[in-house]
Amino acid sequence: MKKTPIYVLLLTAFFALALTGCGKGASGENGEVIVYNWGEYIDPDTITMFEEETGIKVVYDEYETNEIMYPKVEAGATAYDVLCPSDYMIQKLIENDLLQEINFDNIPNVKNIGQQYFDQSQEFDPENKYSVPYCFGTVGILYNKTMVDDPVDSWSILWDEKYADNILMQDSVRDAFMVALKLKGYSMNTLDEGELNEAKQILIDQKPLVQAYVIDQVRDKMIGNEAAIGVIYSGEAIFTQRENADLEYVIPKEGTNVWIDSWVIPKNAPNKENAEKFIDFMCREDVALKNFEYITYSTPNDAARALIEDEDIKNSRIAFPDLSQYNNLETFHYLGADGDALYNELWKEVKAE
Amino acid sequence: MIKTTLQRIYVTLIFIFLYAPIVTLIVLSFNASKTRAKWGGFTTKWYTSLFRNEAIMNALANTLLIAFAASIVSTLIGTIACIAIMNLKKRSRAIVMGITNIPMLNAEIVTGISLMLLFISMGLKFGLGTILLAHITFCIPYVILSIMPRMKQLNPYTYEAALDLGASPVYGFYKVVLPEIMPGILSGFLMAFTMSLDDFIITHFTKGAGVDTLSTKIYTEVKKGIKPEMYALSTIIFVTVLVLLILVNKAPTDKQISKKKVK
Amino acid sequence: MNNAQLKKKLLGTPYFLWSLIFILIPLGMVFYYGLTDRSGAFTLNNIISITTAEHAKALWLALLLSLIATVLCLLLAYPLAMILCNMGVNQHSFIVLIFILPMWMNFLLRTMAWQTLLEKTGVINSILNFLHLPALRIINTPYAIVLGMVYNFLPFMVLPIYNALSKIDRSIIHAAKDLGANNIQVFFKITLPLSVPGIISGITMVFIPALTTFVISNLLGGSKVLLIGNVIEEEFTQASNWHLGSGLSIVLMLFIIVNMVLSAIFDKDGEGSFL
Repeated sequence: MKKTPIYVLLLTAFFALALTGCGKGASGENGEVIVYNWGEYIDPDTITMFEEETGIKVVYDEYETNEIMYPKVEAGATAYDVLCPSDYMIQKLIENDLLQEINFDNIPNVKNIGQQYFDQSQEFDPENKYSVPYCFGTVGILYNKTMVDDPVDSWSILWDEKYADNILMQDSVRDAFMVALKLKGYSMNTLDEGELNEAKQILIDQKPLVQAYVIDQVRDKMIGNEAAIGVIYSGEAIFTQRENADLEYVIPKEGTNVWIDSWVIPKNAPNKENAEKFIDFMCREDVALKNFEYITYSTPNDAARALIEDEDIKNSRIAFPDLSQYNNLETFHYLGADGDALYNELWKEVKAE
Repeated sequence: MIKTTLQRIYVTLIFIFLYAPIVTLIVLSFNASKTRAKWGGFTTKWYTSLFRNEAIMNALANTLLIAFAASIVSTLIGTIACIAIMNLKKRSRAIVMGITNIPMLNAEIVTGISLMLLFISMGLKFGLGTILLAHITFCIPYVILSIMPRMKQLNPYTYEAALDLGASPVYGFYKVVLPEIMPGILSGFLMAFTMSLDDFIITHFTKGAGVDTLSTKIYTEVKKGIKPEMYALSTIIFVTVLVLLILVNKAPTDKQISKKKVK
Repeated sequence: MNNAQLKKKLLGTPYFLWSLIFILIPLGMVFYYGLTDRSGAFTLNNIISITTAEHAKALWLALLLSLIATVLCLLLAYPLAMILCNMGVNQHSFIVLIFILPMWMNFLLRTMAWQTLLEKTGVINSILNFLHLPALRIINTPYAIVLGMVYNFLPFMVLPIYNALSKIDRSIIHAAKDLGANNIQVFFKITLPLSVPGIISGITMVFIPALTTFVISNLLGGSKVLLIGNVIEEEFTQASNWHLGSGLSIVLMLFIIVNMVLSAIFDKDGEGSFL
């Protein structure tokens, strides 16, 4: 039968391919640690370094958003040892009793983290018992100097009709509302329905001007000159400037969101000691430096920052802004189940327009 | 003549349409720049770094293993299920076929979540096994739907004649029924393999920590920016299968060989 | 029933058990979630919520776009299947594999490749620019979503129709022509009716997945078009409201039932097969 040869050949070819891919490492002598982190948020070399130095095998899993990570942790189908959620999500995890306190005696390298980041963390981790900062940053406007001739210092430029179909907004309920609420002068953690409805309305008004709602794809699109203005996370901004020198990043005068992603340990972690060793390793200045250079997101590790060789980057206002300059910065709070539901409802209305 | 030329143009256009993105991916695999937005010059470095990237290689191995295992198991279960279904009364058969259609027609995300709920309530540890169970579940319908038409076209008298002539039911099955439905079995296997290979939503909800297939790996990268090694991998897979296709097609058919022999 | 038939029926046990555990029970769970709210109380709200403005619009848009995509697929696929049928009888497996081959490339990557092709600064526009032709402005619009749907699901429409057409006995067509039928009559009286199972199968394989897709609208529609698939996905992943997500999914299952009824009417013998 003529069909058989094709299938046989294909089968053998794929088996061959499969076998080349085989070769999973054996479990480490000192056990393992199961890490759940954002995608592309660590230098893979640091994982290898950790495994070699400690003999602990790292099982590494990735997620795209906090909201996707939470149900998996809550359902408990897989017990993770280390997570890296964002500020408000940490608060949600704490309030839902899903985290355990970290024994800071096991994390001596925590001294490398600047105190101001722990102070900022108190917004969501009031006694600094549950989290160790990993990355931080701001959210701002990235614009292409050659395509924008107006001064860029306010969120309002995202509503400028001159740039219709050239504006990129974040495809995330909190980030999108943050921009609208800040523009209106309200708190980005507000639960006031009047304020929220105003924000919702201007987002709906803006929609015809928006080219697309994206998350980190704003990076590729801005580099390619596909859009003129976009809302972007500070960590991405550095990468884009390297690829396209026409891009500038600015924090608008109405203020913005200061965010922190921190390591936490879930309550049902099977390998708590290894988890603390992992976190301690990540706080080492050379490791933190490596990670910073790979993912370009700002590190709260002052010791690592001192090691940065490139003076421009070390003193970059994008990577290490002087936060005291601004007086209307906020960090996201967890709004409770009802608050979340309200925001989600309004966001759906914006998207449905 | 015009008709044939028009036909040829039409087919060519559709093929361009189908393969344009694939060519794009192949070109991007040689792009020196990490971002797809710029052309950074020609390079083959992604191909070499691909094989050194343990995470991607593991994901590849998982993807292929699951696809094979799922398609083999679902083909087996599906084939014997078809035999059983043929012997059901018409109404029972309609009900069973209806149930068979459900995984195929349900939104993938619903299938994925419902299976995740099931596994949690069964207390299963999420990992390669749970993905396999899920894949088999949505592959079986394709197998059954590929085999059923052939089974219905079977001449039942041939099978009975074999039994009359002294064959045991099993032997009769192997010699009479199986060859007739073999095209259906093979196409069912192929369909199951294809569907398993590309699935990501169901895999996403039923996988455990550290277990990734190519699809889930790419999904986590979509938002951040695809690693160029992925483009390289896709190109390799594409070229491999294409070469195989061409080779097999060039191989002479049985008819041609026997013609030569006769001469 | 005799021994042999009993044995044959028992052969079905693995599958019957499997479908019970892995199809029916999960389905039951979806119904359970869909008919209860967070506190566990029975409610029809989740299902009724389909009538809220955003949901209804999302469903309507999804129906519209997937219907257009399905019709386009049909119009493109049928002539193609006919041409392929006439091309080479012993090329069957080669043709089938040529169409399945793109499906082995990852669906996400292929859709993202369309981004690179369709963007303002993308490949197609660069070429058009070079030729001084007007730019193509369909990325981030519903048109791009339809294109994405047609692209991804075209093979699913071509193959069943091709299969059905290739099964048609040539001698019937010759006989009809001998009796004086012209090409158009042959098509409408013989070819088309005999290919109906393939058409039904193709429509099923295209319409339902297109209806529930969310990736295509995110990548090619700029996430500006909210389809029912997006709503359900967001309820499950972002909003963690499985009850609402399940409720909406139950509504979608209506379409599955409609499809099963249609299949039962038009394809009584289950002739429509994929390969």
